[in-house]
Amino acid sequence: MSRQSNRTTESKKMNSELFTLTYGALVTQLCKDYENDEEVNKQLDKMGYNIGVRLIEDFLARSSVGRCHDFRETADVIAKVAFKMYLGITPSVTNWSPAGDEFSLILENNPLVDFVELPDNHSNLVYSNILCGVLRGALEMVQMAVDVRFAQDTLRGDNVTEIRMKFVKRIEENLPAGDE
Amino acid sequence: MDTRFTRGKSAILERSLTRPKTEVSVSAFALLFSEMVQYCQSRVYSVSELQARLADLGQGVGASLLDVLVLREKNGKRETKVLNILLFIKVSVWKALFGKEADKLEQANDDDKTGFPAKVTAHWHKGTTLMIKFDEAVIARDKALDGR
Repeated sequence: MSRQSNRTTESKKMNSELFTLTYGALVTQLCKDYENDEEVNKQLDKMGYNIGVRLIEDFLARSSVGRCHDFRETADVIAKVAFKMYLGITPSVTNWSPAGDEFSLILENNPLVDFVELPDNHSNLVYSNILCGVLRGALEMVQMAVDVRFAQDTLRGDNVTEIRMKFVKRIEENLPAGDE
Repeated sequence: MDTRFTRGKSAILERSLTRPKTEVSVSAFALLFSEMVQYCQSRVYSVSELQARLADLGQGVGASLLDVLVLREKNGKRETKVLNILLFIKVSVWKALFGKEADKLEQANDDDKTGFPAKVTAHWHKGTTLMIKFDEAVIARDKALDGR
């Protein structure tokens, strides 16, 4: 894939199958490398964080979204622009906490988990945990510390997949964040 | 949907195998892939081990993809002859993976050994070239098929 010199705001798309299979290969390999699900979850989160840190630059370059003024705006941008741009889905933003610092993303379908089933011996595996890391890493690069976790997961028997995002604090713009 | 045979088993078996409508961005894939390469790199001590690990990852992908593509494109008939499998790879597999056919299928005439159980290596020759080196048994089989 060569980089074109003409800047275009349109992103090149591809069929999600290869993406789904590749992610599946990754999770399978991690399950082999690490003995327990908790370790795999942590590793997925870490890898997601690394991806997020780079993804945000790609996102800012390709979308014309400016700085968000509050967490609500952030939520909308994540759901309607970012998820759409990268995964081709638009989760809905719901369940705002009264303080306005926590919300849920409800994913109707998730390309990462097409045709995926969790076997019984991996019931603690958060298969799509990479997404938590991506969101955390990306937002950290725009000075927001957030806590991201899966509240519901269709792979573990729930009806929908729900990602809960909580605003922790604004990060001061002095030194770059340390490595994980 | 007839659930006679899958009752009690997972609902996943009911799903249709047509091409998914969702499209993901190439950069999402690129970022994921790059992270996977880095992960493999952190766990090996040599380039060849890295390549082996990446190839292992790919093998699972290929196996799943083969089943789906054969079902969709060819109604379940798998290729038995060398040239046909290569064409299948060139056209269908590449299209599924990359959205277009592979550029060229060149035959390395100086090398007599090409076949089905294969070793595939990536080289740099007029762009990224994947050299597919088959086992001798496969060539023998192919010749036998031709003779029929």
